[in-house]
Amino acid sequence: MKKGLAVWSVIGAVCLALTAGFPAWAADDVIKIGVIGPMNFMQGKGHWNGAVMAMEEINAKGGVQVGDKKMKIELIKADSNEFLSITDATNAMELLLTRNKADFVVGGFRTEAVLAMQDVAMDNQKIFIGCGAAHPELCTRVAKDYNRYKYFFRGTPFNSMFLVKTCFIQMATVAGILKKVLNIPKIKVAIVAEKQVWADPMVAATQKTLPKLGMEEVGVWRPSQTATDVTAELSAIESSGAHVIFTIFSASVGITFARQAGELKIPAAQVGINVEAQKEGFWDATQGMGNYVMTMNTYSRDVEVNELTKPFVQGYIDRYGEVPTYTADTYTAILRGIVPAIEKAGSLDSDKVVQAMEAGVPYKSPSGVVDYLKDEQGKPLHDLKWGPGFLTSLGVQWQDGKLVGVWPNKWQPAKGVEVTYKGVVPYKIAPWIIEKYKK
Amino acid sequence: MILDIIITGLISGSVYALLAIGFSLIFGVARIVNIAHTAFYMLAAYCIFFVTQKAGLHPVWGMLAAFVSVTFLGLLAYKLFIDPIREHEGAVLIGTIALAIAMQEFMLLLFSGDYVSVPSLIKGYFAISGVKVFYQQLLTFAMVLVILFALWVLLMKTRLGLAIRSTAEDREVANLMGMNDSRVAMTAMGVSVGLAAITGAVIAPLTILSPFMWTHPLIMVMAVVVLGGMGSIKGSFAGAYILGFAEALVVFLIPQGAFLKGSVALSIMILVLLIRPEGLFGIAFEEER
Repeated sequence: MKKGLAVWSVIGAVCLALTAGFPAWAADDVIKIGVIGPMNFMQGKGHWNGAVMAMEEINAKGGVQVGDKKMKIELIKADSNEFLSITDATNAMELLLTRNKADFVVGGFRTEAVLAMQDVAMDNQKIFIGCGAAHPELCTRVAKDYNRYKYFFRGTPFNSMFLVKTCFIQMATVAGILKKVLNIPKIKVAIVAEKQVWADPMVAATQKTLPKLGMEEVGVWRPSQTATDVTAELSAIESSGAHVIFTIFSASVGITFARQAGELKIPAAQVGINVEAQKEGFWDATQGMGNYVMTMNTYSRDVEVNELTKPFVQGYIDRYGEVPTYTADTYTAILRGIVPAIEKAGSLDSDKVVQAMEAGVPYKSPSGVVDYLKDEQGKPLHDLKWGPGFLTSLGVQWQDGKLVGVWPNKWQPAKGVEVTYKGVVPYKIAPWIIEKYKK
Repeated sequence: MILDIIITGLISGSVYALLAIGFSLIFGVARIVNIAHTAFYMLAAYCIFFVTQKAGLHPVWGMLAAFVSVTFLGLLAYKLFIDPIREHEGAVLIGTIALAIAMQEFMLLLFSGDYVSVPSLIKGYFAISGVKVFYQQLLTFAMVLVILFALWVLLMKTRLGLAIRSTAEDREVANLMGMNDSRVAMTAMGVSVGLAAITGAVIAPLTILSPFMWTHPLIMVMAVVVLGGMGSIKGSFAGAYILGFAEALVVFLIPQGAFLKGSVALSIMILVLLIRPEGLFGIAFEEER
């Protein structure tokens, strides 16, 4: 009896090991796309939601034409846990590619993690479209070592040099409004950037650019990304006489800063990047104190960049109850990046699909026109082109509980050119700023 | 600036004092290094969030609910997970780490990793010599002082406090004197977790909530306890304010280096330990117990 039990136990254990140790014998007619990101956070959820929308749209039409057969898309979710551990992120990527046998990967958020995940993907020669990290290094690697890094493409956002350029334009717009309305002769700017790798080049660039814009820098503050009290910084900023606070935040400090600045009614307009302020939950998270905070964003309710914007944004809102964040551009990465390239290449072979992706631009997407840059020597960067007619992003502002688009609104990037997206509204100055300077 | 430093230092120091005293108490009485201590603080904060933002009740109800439920949870965790392995210090350390991570992951599942906040009990601010201070900060500081006073009364003026202090001083002798050290340890655990819960309750309106919010205070609490002397409540109190003010000084004097405040505080701890390894009020030799 005991011997029989032992034998059956061994057989059972072996069966369990076989089923657990081997990947499922998947049907050959699926294309596996890995979606990797911090899945317990808004950014990862955006990755997944956007990818799901793309998958459903494609599969509803019968799938992807790969040569002479149709293949459906299957998504594989991978939690990178990149906020806490880069090692977890690389392990997740490794598992996605080796165990789950993903054919393509989209996602990633933190630059530090994506740099590491990129190497794993390149080791496996799999196409990886980054949908969250902004550091230029991700794409300069492509030009420096094309044979190794050619499988990487930037999906969103455009790199941090363009991010800061857009922010400067938005900051200049706000400064212009303050100057005009409040009669301020020279705008003073306080730079507040969380202490993270991605923000470092932006701080340096800002310090160089402010004098060129006719503005004065009054100080740089670098709180921790998870700071829960920034009253010290706010006191110092107020004492400095800043009219504008240029923010560079991607983590929770964005909420803390906005809330405390709003509660203390710091008489300076916040503009820049505040990733938390892009979320609809920001209003509740700041207990309503985040009013008048302006940030860069990719999408906004009611703002249309082109005819593709509204169907995507409204479809996302109808399905998920909130406006998509920029990480949801996994939708574009899959629907308009990977899939057309596969169909053009007629194959899932990474090298062929890379060539097809390079040849497949420019193409229209809900956030603008996607095209790829080359470096000074003409080598491909696989980095996104920025500018009117391509991708510009939006400037959004919290106005009385609503996140509305305020830029570009009569933006004149060049002589004779004016850009206004459908649905933008005028920028509002906080009443306490008006009160202080009207006196 | 001096006033800013004083206010910020007092608030931070008070928070660390509340947490560190609870941590020190359970170590002193039962030799339990409870890594999950600040995870209970995180649970309390989320309890208030749930009661105020989801159930729509007043924050005071949230604080009461947080204190009662988290203390109960702490006692349950002690009885089920810690008490059976209490004699094995290594196992307790690992067990409490696992408990903390489990609580974190559970909150992550329930509330996701998105940052949330709770409303202040008193909105607005006032100015002292041009320095703006939130009413909530003042209220928090006042509540902390009241709690510390209540703790002092408990420990110094009650029989229970006498039993706790005796057991902390010498467990064997306390046992011989008729004090049930197991029951005292459980009571100390209740007081310790209660302190963590109250800290979560009073600090929640001033901070951003996330399932990972327990990790930074844990590092600071351990630094405070080591600086003050393991098992010394007086030491924890002093250490908390030393490190609280150290953090405030860094934030105000080095704006670009504000992110270094934790590192500077820990460096001070290391410096003190190099000079006095047992901590400021710790006991140099175990035999002195």
